[in-house]
Amino acid sequence: MKKHAWGGDYLFLLTNLMQKDFKIRYRNMSLGVFWSLLNPLVTMGVLTFVFTKIFPSSQRAYPVFVLCGLTPFNFFSLAWGSGTQAIVESTAFVKRVAIPREIIPIASVLSNCLHLVIQIALLLFVTLIYNNPVNKNWLWLPVIWGFFIVFVTGLVMITSAINVFVRDVRYLVESFNAVLFWLVPVMYPFSFIPKQYHEIYELNPVAAMVMALRNILMENSAPGGHILRNMALVSSVTFMAGYTIFRSVKRSFYDYL
Amino acid sequence: MALIEFEGVTKTFRTGTSAKLIIGHIQDRLHRRERSLFHALTNVSFQVERGESLAIVGRNGAGKSTLLSLVAGLVDPNEGRVLVNGRVAALLELGSGFHTDLTGVENLWMNASLLGLTRKRTAEVYDSIVDFAGIGDFINKPLRTYSSGMVVRLAFAVAVHVDPDILIIDEVLGVGDSAFRQKCLDKIHEFHNLGKTLLFVSHAAGSLGAFCDRALWLDHGQVVADGPLDEIVPMYEGEVPVSVPEAHS
Repeated sequence: MKKHAWGGDYLFLLTNLMQKDFKIRYRNMSLGVFWSLLNPLVTMGVLTFVFTKIFPSSQRAYPVFVLCGLTPFNFFSLAWGSGTQAIVESTAFVKRVAIPREIIPIASVLSNCLHLVIQIALLLFVTLIYNNPVNKNWLWLPVIWGFFIVFVTGLVMITSAINVFVRDVRYLVESFNAVLFWLVPVMYPFSFIPKQYHEIYELNPVAAMVMALRNILMENSAPGGHILRNMALVSSVTFMAGYTIFRSVKRSFYDYL
Repeated sequence: MALIEFEGVTKTFRTGTSAKLIIGHIQDRLHRRERSLFHALTNVSFQVERGESLAIVGRNGAGKSTLLSLVAGLVDPNEGRVLVNGRVAALLELGSGFHTDLTGVENLWMNASLLGLTRKRTAEVYDSIVDFAGIGDFINKPLRTYSSGMVVRLAFAVAVHVDPDILIIDEVLGVGDSAFRQKCLDKIHEFHNLGKTLLFVSHAAGSLGAFCDRALWLDHGQVVADGPLDEIVPMYEGEVPVSVPEAHS
């Protein structure tokens, strides 16, 4: 059979697609990157007010605590939600150019990573303000973010492919994200969760990510061994599943778009 | 080895499958509706040798666009075999990958990478692309400020700088002013003289003579005739109610 009629520059295309998403998002905002910071700052402020003044919590440095939850959660819900739409929104490419289809969901997730870098910078800044010094465990940060991004990419490959055939998958994803906010320890600490649910909680990479961030940034310790193991396992399984599913159906995209 | 080889190619589309919601899939299960199949192409076979150019003629809905999609590798056939031994660039709906909020330059880079140019190659031909488009300072302005003619000029400028083995030209030459059209024709001539293969699609076959010596006539997804252009075109034009030119008998 025919291999690829496209034969282009994979990396060049990927960077162009990423930049395109990013530029379009920020060009229509007069304050540009500032908007990236506004959302987490406002949410952090409101939640800090609620959990220090209305339901006082014993948690120290609450803003750092809640931002450790918001940063991965916001990235996850945004990247998953927009990534699910990626193929359908790229109909113009898919029907006209023989580019490798996988590049579309991957570029979508990576363009959200540019946005994420700004938010991570904010998280580290707030961490330092609250006297949590830089320590050698910060070296774990790229590792856990790496796992997390691989996990999201796998998930986006699955839902963006299915969304071509069943267009309301995007609404399921949106609803699931709304529920997930409460099922991830963003506002409350993991220790509030009854023991019997611990293992299920830790299998969720979003929850694991939040816990790992708190270990590193607030407790100056390495993330727990079982958290790392779970993240590595769930990320690689999700990515492989996503890649396999995507490859097996990508040939039919043209007929359904 | 032939550059393009179609062997008993059949491509069907299920009608009414696009953009389904969950409810649609459930209804299909419940009613066991017979999905009607649309045969876009039926048992099509032909070969194109390196350096040969082919005109594809036929009415609207004859299967011309499906055939091109198969050559461009956008879809796979349901039956039969498609072999393409070279790089394909398609001038299909020029500029469909453009975004109106990006500037001409940004769209230029984006489009070049979509069409398969490398970063290095794009940098090399960048000036030549800008020059070919000839839209002046607009190149740095967002695409939404362009006239439709300017969009096409930019799209065509990028497309002709991809160095393909096969160039697919799908009725795009009716665009732009006559000076620009001449520029496009010159460029296509250049391709032709370099021994590249051109695949032309047209339902007005008149303008093809300069580039093609061979034509493939499709009707209802089937090959009606395949042979020298000057024999096929009069037959086709006779079928599509236009008076048969008397010169060709």
